Amino acid sequence: MTRHAPFLAQSRFWDWGYARDILPALLRGVVVTFEATALGSVLAFGLGLVLALLLRAPFWPVRALVRGLIEFVRSTPLLVQVLLIFFVLPDYGITLSPLTAGVIALGTHYGTYTADVYRAGIDAVPRGQWEAATALSLPRRRVWTGVILPQAVPRVLPALGNYVISMFKDTPVLLAISVGELVRAAQEAGAQTFRYVEPFTMAGLLFLLLSYPSSILVRRLERRVGG
Amino acid sequence: MSVAEGPIAPATPVRSTQPMIVFDKVVKRFGDNVVLRELDFSVAPGEHVTLIGPSGSGKTTILRLLMTLERCDGGTIRVGEDYLTHMERGGKLVPADERHLRKVRRRIGMVFQQFNLFPNMTVLGNLTEAPVRVLGLSREAAGARARDLLELVGLTGKADARPAQLSGGQQQRVAIARALAMRPDVLLLDEVTSALDPELVAGVLNLLKDIATSTDITMVCVTHEMGFAREVSDRVLMFDRGQVVEQAPPEKLFTEPDQQRTRDFLRAVLDRA
Repeated sequence: MTRHAPFLAQSRFWDWGYARDILPALLRGVVVTFEATALGSVLAFGLGLVLALLLRAPFWPVRALVRGLIEFVRSTPLLVQVLLIFFVLPDYGITLSPLTAGVIALGTHYGTYTADVYRAGIDAVPRGQWEAATALSLPRRRVWTGVILPQAVPRVLPALGNYVISMFKDTPVLLAISVGELVRAAQEAGAQTFRYVEPFTMAGLLFLLLSYPSSILVRRLERRVGG
Repeated sequence: MSVAEGPIAPATPVRSTQPMIVFDKVVKRFGDNVVLRELDFSVAPGEHVTLIGPSGSGKTTILRLLMTLERCDGGTIRVGEDYLTHMERGGKLVPADERHLRKVRRRIGMVFQQFNLFPNMTVLGNLTEAPVRVLGLSREAAGARARDLLELVGLTGKADARPAQLSGGQQQRVAIARALAMRPDVLLLDEVTSALDPELVAGVLNLLKDIATSTDITMVCVTHEMGFAREVSDRVLMFDRGQVVEQAPPEKLFTEPDQQRTRDFLRAVLDRA
């Protein structure tokens, strides 16, 4: 400890001892936050791709329906979606654990954004690639998996990465359904002592500590794939 | 190894007097713009035909219709004994469905102006993709054929390169090999040297001349290379405004064309060169 520690330890604004005591609880919250983000991202990546492909369906009512769904999900708050999935679905016989409900909400919400990311990537593949694939009689499925997506997806990885970071910062919404993520952990720590400065400040700093390097990583990725 | 019995001999040599390609009153419009107006023409098996004419005269559209990259708005196109645009069902002609198109399309290969190689695959991958996925060849068989073709186009040793690592001329040779890997009966060449640096043009044209003289593949080319048209063509078709203005063997068409329109076009093109 530095020589300032005794002074700071007794400060009314910041108690280092208390901060150290609650750190393990907050780190457990970080783990849950990571879980929610990772699982939510997997869902958002998968769902977004499916939606992007449906947006190119030959039958126009399918396209209209999917477009409508995307706009609907985007135009309503994530918090409402989280509450709906957790509290209303049980009325229809679907009872989910808080984390599962949260992951579904995050994944669905962000899936509507990643859908357009994929769409842009697919549109950026030159027409000539489709034509060459047609000229070689490649089956449609193989055109997607062998030619179009391998070119479209690497180009949109940075954009997908940015949505992962956004989702990461949206995970505190899940405290509404008592998922024990980082901010919930901070809130619980504070509730025991009625000291909130340390837990919320530390929660904020932990978010910064994790998302800032991630965004640097994404920027580096952007440069590698050429925007 | 002679090319004729080598990797690019067509899978189904057609030795009949029946034409390989027949356009019957084909109409193609883009909006109000009529690109082809009731176009009739046919190509015999093994014949090398070159289409010349001012830009916008519908030459490339003919190749794109044959490759089923465009649908025609009227008339019929036949390739061999099959309709390309239609299929027979219950004794009547109905518009072709995707399955029928896929079947007829297999007889045709196309080389594009912009190469259109798959950048995410190696050269070998580009050459084996369709033979494996469409013709059902084993990877080994497709690979062996691909290596033969690379030898033919003078790119032995480039099998594992990515298209981006090759020059334009090399990419176009790979594209030619890729089209030939499917053993098409008909090879469509759409301004294949237009995107190349001038010093690379001759190599690609010489390769195509070799293929033209040593195989019985049917060729339909759109080109601005009049020297090439003269050397490889059995017949040259002069197009203007979606119709054939004049057709003749190259030695006649390039020296004593009947039509004023042809004379004007040739003068303009040859002056530029």
